[in-house]
Amino acid sequence: MAEPAIELVGIDKRFGAVHANRDIHLRVEKGTIHGIIGENGAGKSTLMSILYGFYQADNGEIRINGAPVRISDPNAAIGLGIGMVHQHFMLVENFTVLENVMLGVEGAPLLKRGIAKARAELKRLEQEYQLDVDPDALIEELPVGLQQRVEILKALYRGADILVLDEPTGVLTPAEADHLFRILEQLKAQGKTIVLITHKLREIMAVTDNVSVMRQGSVVATRKTAETTVEELAELMVGRRVLLRVQKGEAKPGEVKLSVENLTVRDSRGVVMVDNASFTVRAGEIVGIAGVAGNGQSQLIETVAGIRTAVSGRVLLDGQVIDITGAADPGELRDRGLAHVPEDRHHMGLVLAFEEYENSILGYHDDPLYLNGPFLDIDAIKADARKKIEKYDIRPSDPRLKTANFSGGNQQKIVLAREIERDPGVLIIGQPTRGVDVGAIEFIHKRIIEMRDAGKAVLLVSVELDEIRSLSDRILVMFAGRIVGERDADASEGELGLLMAGVENQEAAE
Amino acid sequence: MSQPFAKLPAWADYGLLPLINLIVAFFVAGLVVMLVGESPIDAAVLMVKGAFGSGDGVGYTLYYATNFIFTGLCVAVAFHCGLFNIGGEGQAYIGGLGVAVVGLGLGNVLPWWITFPLAIIASGLVGALWALIPAWLQAKRGSHVVITTIMFNFIAASIMVYLLVGYLKASGTQAPETRVFGDGGQLPGLGWLLSLIGLNMRSAPLNISFLLALVAAFLVWVLIWRTKLGYEIRTMGYSPKAARYAGIGEVRIIVITMMISGALAGMMALNPIMGAQHRVQLDFVAGAGFVGIAVALMGRSHPAGIVLAAILFGMLYQGGAEIAFDMPNISRDMIVIIQGLVILFAGALEHMFRPTLLRVLQRFARTKRQSTPAVAAEGGQ
Repeated sequence: MAEPAIELVGIDKRFGAVHANRDIHLRVEKGTIHGIIGENGAGKSTLMSILYGFYQADNGEIRINGAPVRISDPNAAIGLGIGMVHQHFMLVENFTVLENVMLGVEGAPLLKRGIAKARAELKRLEQEYQLDVDPDALIEELPVGLQQRVEILKALYRGADILVLDEPTGVLTPAEADHLFRILEQLKAQGKTIVLITHKLREIMAVTDNVSVMRQGSVVATRKTAETTVEELAELMVGRRVLLRVQKGEAKPGEVKLSVENLTVRDSRGVVMVDNASFTVRAGEIVGIAGVAGNGQSQLIETVAGIRTAVSGRVLLDGQVIDITGAADPGELRDRGLAHVPEDRHHMGLVLAFEEYENSILGYHDDPLYLNGPFLDIDAIKADARKKIEKYDIRPSDPRLKTANFSGGNQQKIVLAREIERDPGVLIIGQPTRGVDVGAIEFIHKRIIEMRDAGKAVLLVSVELDEIRSLSDRILVMFAGRIVGERDADASEGELGLLMAGVENQEAAE
Repeated sequence: MSQPFAKLPAWADYGLLPLINLIVAFFVAGLVVMLVGESPIDAAVLMVKGAFGSGDGVGYTLYYATNFIFTGLCVAVAFHCGLFNIGGEGQAYIGGLGVAVVGLGLGNVLPWWITFPLAIIASGLVGALWALIPAWLQAKRGSHVVITTIMFNFIAASIMVYLLVGYLKASGTQAPETRVFGDGGQLPGLGWLLSLIGLNMRSAPLNISFLLALVAAFLVWVLIWRTKLGYEIRTMGYSPKAARYAGIGEVRIIVITMMISGALAGMMALNPIMGAQHRVQLDFVAGAGFVGIAVALMGRSHPAGIVLAAILFGMLYQGGAEIAFDMPNISRDMIVIIQGLVILFAGALEHMFRPTLLRVLQRFARTKRQSTPAVAAEGGQ
């Protein structure tokens, strides 16, 4: 049997009190796609950072193609033929594809000869792996899927035989993700070894040959993908049985709580982002807005939540007009019973530098409950935060911990606890489970259904079509700022997919 | 990919790192001293002795520190809101007008303990109003506060020259300064405080505004970490998007924060004017507004850190003056170079040694952990 492309022997890594990797043994065979799956914080990224030379292992050995190696920094990793495609692209936005690919390996102080050589090499790579990209296109003008292709080209250009992809589909549409998987198959056929890090079970099943499951810093199992099931992997990941399907009863819609009429929103450059959108949300129902990211969903919910101003249109909350064209104040809307879990939890829903208890009152810091005159009643705030931590099982259960040190799922729970515990009449929720691990997804979905069953109106936006389909009672599809269709919850994925791609819309226009 | 826990423990972040920066700054300064043919050791001894070796030395050190506490707090408050107020110099200078009005107008009539609070209010108000214009331009028009506050420093300097030469100058003199304030416009010294710890202060101008500076530092701490307003300021500073989401009015917070910042700078004028010279002189701020930036950086925008950093810079000012006096090869300009080096390493390059320190500490932690089980095993036998 051939030497494995990567062999990790007893890798161990601690950060202070946190044991990020415990005695990890892993074999990745040559010419295979190996999936590494685990919840956020399971140690996947740390392990790959050690492989790529960002961190040094405290103990253990790395063998590449059978030979023990020391990887002191990313340059050493590149020298060993390891390429990394990061979750957040490392591209210079206003450079061309060619300039990005040759960045750091220009070859000479003057660019002219390097560019000619790079162009020829890039062309060869594109042909060999069928990765078509215009070398002179500016990165910022490329769609995300193509930007990722540039990242892959960058790694190949540097002679990578082993390609590590960290959560590669987080930013892609389903179609783009499928395309990526075809590229990975292609690379595998050419003899490259691929390590795919993800927390999405479906991707593992779709594309990998072998899969290793990580939990709490350890590799708990390695399976041949063909011999395992989604249920088994989920259970291994979380350490207990997980309900992957959302269980919910019939919706009992009541009176209209939120009504949006002919809403039009432009962004700061004057581009129309929401185009004449109208819909209602009733008490006791979940209305989901499906769509590929960037089709105006974000602007729509931010406008309804009072964060953005609209050009025209009306929004009524409980029959009362919200001043959306002028200075709608999110604070005032909160008082009127509209809660908002924003899509961008890192910059909007939370202040990551704050301690947990400080975030537990963000937006509600005017409440006399938390104040002593002009002073914060820190004891009261902490007591309140502790209650929420317990009820929402937020871990670690320390209100003094910096919010940035919580995992994605727990950060989302902090936001949810804050918004739901105010018992709002209307809940707007954007990307409820983005970057959230499987165990927490189950919990969050349950809470959303509970809100509905308690007679609240829920407006849900997500780019995960599965999530929209399993939670919503009615589905609206947005494309290019317009609401192009409304479907029942049992609409097929194909039907919604066509709407999301704007197909039916074009037919109607003809 | 997240960088889990790539973070120094608090004691290293707030204690060790600034100390290392300081040592490197003094080391490089020592090289400069050697270059001009003086002994760095002697210079260091002179500096420490000059700053802390006598009642007057301590008095001068704390007198300078008073200025730097005010301007450091001024910069720090704005920092917490994500604003870089470089206008402390101008706000302090123009704040002198507020002191002048009280000192000249009431100094002959009222006792100091009545004029002092009035002068605090007047200087703070004038400083706040001077900061209001850049704040308003930033909040409403997006004009960057760094640019506008720098410009306002020049405007303040010109206005003060114009007023001092044209209107405030005492009649019959050539010097562009006001007449000396009456007794009620003069703040009591703090000689008694130093005598409590056995020091004898004769001529140093340390005065009661030093205590005011300490009170201001405490109040800034309360404001930033214990009030709703401070919560809103910090939210805005960390994430304007989160502030918008939380319904915190951007215009309101920027304007209020800058006015508080300007008021703190304005109060600095009390120390040299009412506390030391008892009159308004040309350029009495003497760069303290800019030193405040370094003080705030070094003190990590925390009032306790600012007080310590201000005392350090007070030592540099006072001890530096002693060196210049005793070592003929070292001119006043050399002292400025040394101060510049401290600012360079402690302020501008404050994070230079962070990655190295982090690596060293991690390695240290690792070896300690590896050795611990061995010790435990021995203990078990």
